[in-house]
Amino acid sequence: MADVKQVTLTIEGRPVVVPEGTSILEAAKTAGILIPHYCYHPGLPVAGVCRMCLVEVEKFPKLAPACATAVGEGQVVHVHSPKALEARKGVLEFLLINHPLDCPICDQAGECELQDYTFQEGRADSRYLEPKRFNPVEDFGGDVLYVTNRCILCTRCVRFMDKVAQEPVLNVSERGDRATIGIHPEADLGGHAWSGNVIDLCPVGALVSKDFLNKARAWELDRTASVCPNCTQGCNSILETRDDTVVRMRPRANEAVNQYFLCDQGRLDYRWLERRDRAELPYVRAQTARGGTELAATDWDVALREAAALLNGRRARVLASPMLSNEALGLLARVVARTGGTGVFTVRTGDEAPLVGVPDLALRADRAANVIGAELLGFERREIGAVLDGLGADDVLVVADEELAGLAPTLPAGVRVLVVGTTVPTWAAGADVVLPITNMAEEEGTFTNLRGRVQRFLQAKAAHGLARPSWYVLGDLLAAMGDGEGYFTAADAFAALAAAQPSFAGLSYDALGLRGLPVADAERFAAEPALAGAA
Amino acid sequence: MGYPHPSHPRETPVLSKHFGEPEARTLKGWRDRGGYVALEKALKMDPAEIQTIVKDSGLRGRGGAGFPTGVKWSFMKPDGKQHYLCCNADESEPGTFKDREIMRWTPHALVEGVALGAYAIYASVAYIYIRGEFTEPLEQVRAAVKEAYAAGVIGENALGTGKTVHVHVHQGAGAYICGEETALMNSLEGRRGNPRIKPPFPAVAGLFGQPTTINNVETLAATPHILNNGAEWYKQFGRPDNPKSVGTKLFSVCGNVARPGNYEVPLGFNFGEFLWDLCGGAGEGREIKAVIPGGSSVPFLTAEECRTAVMDYEGFVAAGSMLGSGGVIVFDDRQDMVRQIARLCRFYAHESCAQCSQCREGTAWTTKILERIAAGDGVAQDFDTLLSIADNMTGKTICVLSDSCATPVVSGLKKFRHEFEAKLKASPNVVSFAGTATAAAAPRAAGPTV
Ligand SMILES: Cc1cc2nc3c(=O)[nH]c(=O)nc-3n(C[C@H](O)[C@H](O)[C@H](O)COP(=O)(O)O)c2cc1C
Ligand code: SF4
Ligand code: SF4
Ligand code: SF4
Ligand code: FES
Repeated sequence: MADVKQVTLTIEGRPVVVPEGTSILEAAKTAGILIPHYCYHPGLPVAGVCRMCLVEVEKFPKLAPACATAVGEGQVVHVHSPKALEARKGVLEFLLINHPLDCPICDQAGECELQDYTFQEGRADSRYLEPKRFNPVEDFGGDVLYVTNRCILCTRCVRFMDKVAQEPVLNVSERGDRATIGIHPEADLGGHAWSGNVIDLCPVGALVSKDFLNKARAWELDRTASVCPNCTQGCNSILETRDDTVVRMRPRANEAVNQYFLCDQGRLDYRWLERRDRAELPYVRAQTARGGTELAATDWDVALREAAALLNGRRARVLASPMLSNEALGLLARVVARTGGTGVFTVRTGDEAPLVGVPDLALRADRAANVIGAELLGFERREIGAVLDGLGADDVLVVADEELAGLAPTLPAGVRVLVVGTTVPTWAAGADVVLPITNMAEEEGTFTNLRGRVQRFLQAKAAHGLARPSWYVLGDLLAAMGDGEGYFTAADAFAALAAAQPSFAGLSYDALGLRGLPVADAERFAAEPALAGAA
Repeated sequence: MGYPHPSHPRETPVLSKHFGEPEARTLKGWRDRGGYVALEKALKMDPAEIQTIVKDSGLRGRGGAGFPTGVKWSFMKPDGKQHYLCCNADESEPGTFKDREIMRWTPHALVEGVALGAYAIYASVAYIYIRGEFTEPLEQVRAAVKEAYAAGVIGENALGTGKTVHVHVHQGAGAYICGEETALMNSLEGRRGNPRIKPPFPAVAGLFGQPTTINNVETLAATPHILNNGAEWYKQFGRPDNPKSVGTKLFSVCGNVARPGNYEVPLGFNFGEFLWDLCGGAGEGREIKAVIPGGSSVPFLTAEECRTAVMDYEGFVAAGSMLGSGGVIVFDDRQDMVRQIARLCRFYAHESCAQCSQCREGTAWTTKILERIAAGDGVAQDFDTLLSIADNMTGKTICVLSDSCATPVVSGLKKFRHEFEAKLKASPNVVSFAGTATAAAAPRAAGPTV
């Protein structure tokens, strides 16, 4: 790649140097110039149909579509020349004449490219005196609703299903102004694990999410960079909250992991972040007036002291959730080491569902974010039925945010239980101490994906009750056990991990940024090379 | 010849010489008329040599754009890749029906031209893409191809020369846009007939991604004559002072004309003589008002402009129109030009492939405005809007269908504006429009009253 020829051109008076073959539209981006566009999307094949990206190139006889025109040496491109502006104004007018302009009830409003570009360079008035075209709303299946009247026929959705999902079930039906997006009569977008991406790809409110329908206006949302926790792929995501409630999860571009996409399972499985049956306060077991015991709320100092006392002289058997961050798992590994105990975890699995058009992208069979992190930090993976095997009556079972869904294990008599979690599972209700932690939306941390890539997620909303971030609680617990002094920031907790664990050596929050970096020994996790020619 | 009328003495029938002779449709009949001599000669030549002869002859594409055929062929080099020839027999441009007659009466002329063209561009496979509604031409061409295969004229060992030329006939499904060259290729591949963005051009990546040449029926049918008689012979047809437009050309004449039909004349012919002498003018008691000389996509000429126009590529441009496909549509003094233009635009609106925003929306919007004006419901700003839409639809889309729809609007508003204005005056809206405009303008003009 190093010997790709570089081309120098001028865009809006700014010199730009890009590799040969780059489109004018992408070249302009590198100079900070956004050329308005609809049909173009970097994750899809170029169509060149909407004609919104027309720019003036000196010496060209006609305006050129910036998305479909390669840069040329010495080219001089004018994006905002009167001719180019006039042409784009014309396109916007054409797109709007039959558009319902039902922005007040449209979920796209506020994040709509039709609104944005019209505001930027469209006409202020309409010259259209004819009745508007009408077509009813259609249910495409899955999470997808097609609001035909709002469609600008950019064909992004069609190209996604054709070339990326490689299940060509969408099409352009009819021609002329009767054209609409059609779906194969026997198809249902629910049949494809990645079809929800057409909603994000749609530049207007024509493809909308049933799940998000009428939930919030785009401008009411707070957006936080995150990582999808629903499988080991670690797709980069954006958590969108309204009033501290997660209402939507959408993809965040990362060329190395998920390009521009998120699977339906990932995007729709966020409600657990809003569970109401949370552990809200620290608890310790206390005598009741009637002679029994109960979990009684207490303050953090007492709870941490009691937890440390519980672990004193006993081996910790840590049952960790593979949804915990590297930071939390690293600290739990220290608890294991200090007490001569063991750490185990189990993973919920499902069918793998690749997105065929993107290399090494799939909804993975392991449905948890940090399986690799847990393995790297010395936790032993077990089948769910065997996860508590060998638990001794003298051990302390540390239930680290793992509910063992679908299993109601009977714990050996006499075993002591410390819950460090977002909830207290019913089977662990006899716990001695409960340390409430925040869930991933409420704290900061990192996950390690199946290729050994360490990726940060940021805090999207406030903590629940008196719960504290997992790394904070575990740092304090270790401090109470005489190990260190705890951590004030997630970055500090990660720095300690990087210092202690060879896999994480050299990494830091600053270095990870929002795109992540591979662990030191990531080659171990490389994808198997495609079996070219084999079979 | 002006089939179904007898040939006019001033015609030069080369391609149309055997129109109306049923025997010419058979292989034997065609051979009796000198058929397949050129193909045999060609198959024994080096393809590059054929390219040179056709280049020297000055033949230009008869499909509408007038691109020099020999130059187009010379883009095809012996590069070892699979090449294809596409014969564009989709003829759907309103007012154009010359290819239809070639296929109906002399199908072997087309098969010969196609085989010759394929060989000349190093293609072992050629496709003839025939307009879906052309059922009789389809039958004739299919029969001719079958006969030619059976007689070994085409196939693995064409005419015993050891050269391979396969010819396949494909019936379109009824879409004007499939006559656009790259839409035709998509359609042949089994895709939706949408024009492709260029580059890549067909000579680089055309049908099935392979180097491809596409030519019109009339273009290909002319090539055997050039090979038989030489480039110099072909060049004699034309104005001596314009070597850029040579050869004979079929013109399909329809509309309000005394003798409609196909006429073959040398390029450079006088359009006035053509219309009034050969075609007989508008007919008893009628006057020609307007003529579209080259298929529905080119600008109107007034009767006055027709009288002096020269029938070749440059001549029609000088007169303010284009030669296009040679489809001559005549409108007499009874015609309502607003309605006629609305009708043309409705065609384009119906046929737009819907890819480009300007074309999909602009063709339909234009049509609605025109139909509203025609119905007596026009408003004063409609003219400005129409011209502005036309401007936004021109030169900005993937293919020129969009431009084609704008053309009659712009030229109609220029040359027949009085007819548009007459409609407007009859419209009650104009009164009320003007009324509301002044009424509404008054308080605004006064400005804020704070
Ligand atoms: C909308 C549209 C429709 C066309 N339809 C036809 C057609 O029906 N027949 C044809 O020969 N060319 C048609 N053309 C022109 C072709 O694209 C192409 O230029 C031609 O077939 C080339 O052949 P030639 O060089 O022999 O003229 C059409 C072009 C456009 C833009
Ligand atoms: S798609 Fe955009 S412009 Fe259209 S109604 Fe929705 S928000 Fe408004
Ligand atoms: S539904 Fe959306 S993505 Fe699909 S063509 Fe219409 S506007 Fe484009
Ligand atoms: S100009 Fe019209 S017909 Fe041509 S590609 Fe665009 S939408 Fe299709
Ligand atoms: S973005 Fe370039 S044509 Fe649509």
